[in-house]
Amino acid sequence: MAVNTQTWWQQGRVVEADDLAEGVRRIVLSPDRPVHATPGTHVDLRLDLDGHVRTRSYSVLRSEDGGRRLTLGVQLAPSSRGGSRHMHGLEVGDVVEMTGPVQSFPLGVGADRYVLVAGGIGVTALVAMADSLRRRGADYTLVLAGRRRAVMAYLEELADTHGDRIRVFVDDEGVRLDVDALVGEIAGGPAPARTEMYMCGPIRLMDAIRRAWVAHELPEPNLRFETFGSSGAWAAEEFVVHLPQHDRSVAVTTDTSMLDALEDAGVDVMWDCRKGECGICQVKVLDVDGRIDHRDVFLSKKQKETNTSLCLCVTRAARGEPERSEPAAVTLHLP
Amino acid sequence: MTILDQPPVTAASKIFNFPRNAWYVAAWDHEVTAKQPLARTIADVPLALWRNSDGRAVAMADACWHRLAPLSKGKLFGDEIQCPYHGLRYNSAGRCTSMPAQETINPSAIVPSYPVVERHRYVWVWVGDPDLADSGSVPDMHQMDSPDWAGDGETIYAPCNYQLVLDNLMDLTHEEFVHSSSIGQDELSEAEFEVSHDDTHVTVTRWMRDIDAPPFWLKNMRDKFPGFSGKVDRWQIIHFEAPSTICIDVGVAKAGTGAPEGDRSQGVNGFVMNTITPETARTSHYFWAFMRNYRLESQTITTQLRQGVHGVFGEDEEMLAAQQRAIDANPDHEFYSLNIDAGGMWVRRILDRMLQAEGLPAAAAAK
Ligand code: FES
Ligand code: FES
Ligand SMILES: [Fe+2]
Repeated sequence: MAVNTQTWWQQGRVVEADDLAEGVRRIVLSPDRPVHATPGTHVDLRLDLDGHVRTRSYSVLRSEDGGRRLTLGVQLAPSSRGGSRHMHGLEVGDVVEMTGPVQSFPLGVGADRYVLVAGGIGVTALVAMADSLRRRGADYTLVLAGRRRAVMAYLEELADTHGDRIRVFVDDEGVRLDVDALVGEIAGGPAPARTEMYMCGPIRLMDAIRRAWVAHELPEPNLRFETFGSSGAWAAEEFVVHLPQHDRSVAVTTDTSMLDALEDAGVDVMWDCRKGECGICQVKVLDVDGRIDHRDVFLSKKQKETNTSLCLCVTRAARGEPERSEPAAVTLHLP
Repeated sequence: MTILDQPPVTAASKIFNFPRNAWYVAAWDHEVTAKQPLARTIADVPLALWRNSDGRAVAMADACWHRLAPLSKGKLFGDEIQCPYHGLRYNSAGRCTSMPAQETINPSAIVPSYPVVERHRYVWVWVGDPDLADSGSVPDMHQMDSPDWAGDGETIYAPCNYQLVLDNLMDLTHEEFVHSSSIGQDELSEAEFEVSHDDTHVTVTRWMRDIDAPPFWLKNMRDKFPGFSGKVDRWQIIHFEAPSTICIDVGVAKAGTGAPEGDRSQGVNGFVMNTITPETARTSHYFWAFMRNYRLESQTITTQLRQGVHGVFGEDEEMLAAQQRAIDANPDHEFYSLNIDAGGMWVRRILDRMLQAEGLPAAAAAK
């Protein structure tokens, strides 16, 4: 099946919008030029946030009628970059600028087993995959983890559809996901080297899984994930970027990225994926006052620890200790 | 499904579209190796075909994730293929395993890998919706690797729409005109034939009784019955299975020895195995073999039959190429049908329904 990795713009009309769970909105878009969205695809939306045009990515939860109905699930994140607030305000009949389905998280074929792990709203990237695996008659498990049942989207529907293939972990019910046990089970189970895991969720969960995956000596290419760089070790806070070569400082608010803020300030920087994957936007760090919250998946753990460079598109700075009143600051080498 | 449920399908499309949700032969098993990838386009999808260290055949999109360099020009390292340009490596699932210039691997670095089944001496691929790829639906060509049959074949690169090849095989009256020196004879056009079908199969049956054996068949009779001469009963039973496999049960038996009633012991029987894979709307990979169920031990006969059929199919190839050129030169002219096209028209009806189910038009997009 042709895999679409190309970005082209079109208009989409909101045909349905309602609440899926507490703080989670279901938005069904009907695009101008419908194309079926295969499992794992997302669409980018161009949103006007306080006078700035920003691009935000949302997984396609479900594609129906040859892509004439694309369902998104959007969580209202108080500390997010402003996109979710805008999305929650959409009403039936509104028109949005959107891309066609873009595939950068495709479901493979031919593995002996599949384990899908969703943390919170990450479930939106995995619903279509689970449906697909079910249709294929594949051996799969869908793991859903969340803080509270009320905020977990599609829980009941998924449980109905996937029956005993589903495993639910809810923090405040005391049933927490034990990452090491989960990965250990795969390593000790049938065909560990032919088991693929697909995960989407907060970066901390994904980091923990990645560490366990490596510790259990499972093949790294079998661990697939998608991150839009939207979560980190600290909640987003305002910070300052110093650019000595340009003789200026730029403030980064909670709902913009460093890359957006620099571009708004007229600084010409290079970028491509804008989600912390490709490393094109990497710059050298001269100094840090506070902590760097990398949030990208381009730099290795070791590289992140040395703090000598960062990816502009997703990385943030944080004070690190809440008592401190001065915002954090990073000084970057931008020749 | 009954006929009445369907909108009428009228004139035949000249450049027939092809279903994507189907198994197509991509290569003979021996063509796909662990030494070097093979480049081949199947149903408009350029593929790199190779084998990993445990012998499994792999079909991957022939374009690197990075800058789309063809992976088929790359090298194989055990379970991985390396892009010839900047050295990215991929495993058989298409997931990147190494980015030489960085410490991590971009999570989106994946090239599509397609479902593959190896069966009947062929490597079959499915380029459509992988959710529907059921290995149980690979067309039946069991004579290809059964101990009761022996033979071999070749591949023709046919510069024509795949449906023209199917038409050619569903009506064998053309033998009288195209293959007059080998298998053709007047009785072909004169003999009655019967067409039957279900949702995925079409069968055309033709018997010619008490006739002279044409040169090809006389030789085969003499291989089994040395010194044979006399009249024969000849049969051609054409079995089509969707989307594009045609196995033709052919043979002759000493006249009046009961072959039409089921006793073929006094004759020779072969199966012409054909499976046609659209490469593009105007080009096809035509895989064929001639299998026989007598004198299985004779490699000489295998070679002679392969060479014989090679000659016969060379005549078809020339006709098909010329027909496609004429079609392209006459875009405003329709196809008309003769009574002999009944089998081919049932094939088109079945394909048309498959295309409808996929939401595709019957006519391929003009190039
Ligand atoms: S633009 Fe790709 S990592 Fe920042
Ligand atoms: S094009 Fe393949 S590695 Fe660059
Ligand atoms: Fe022929």
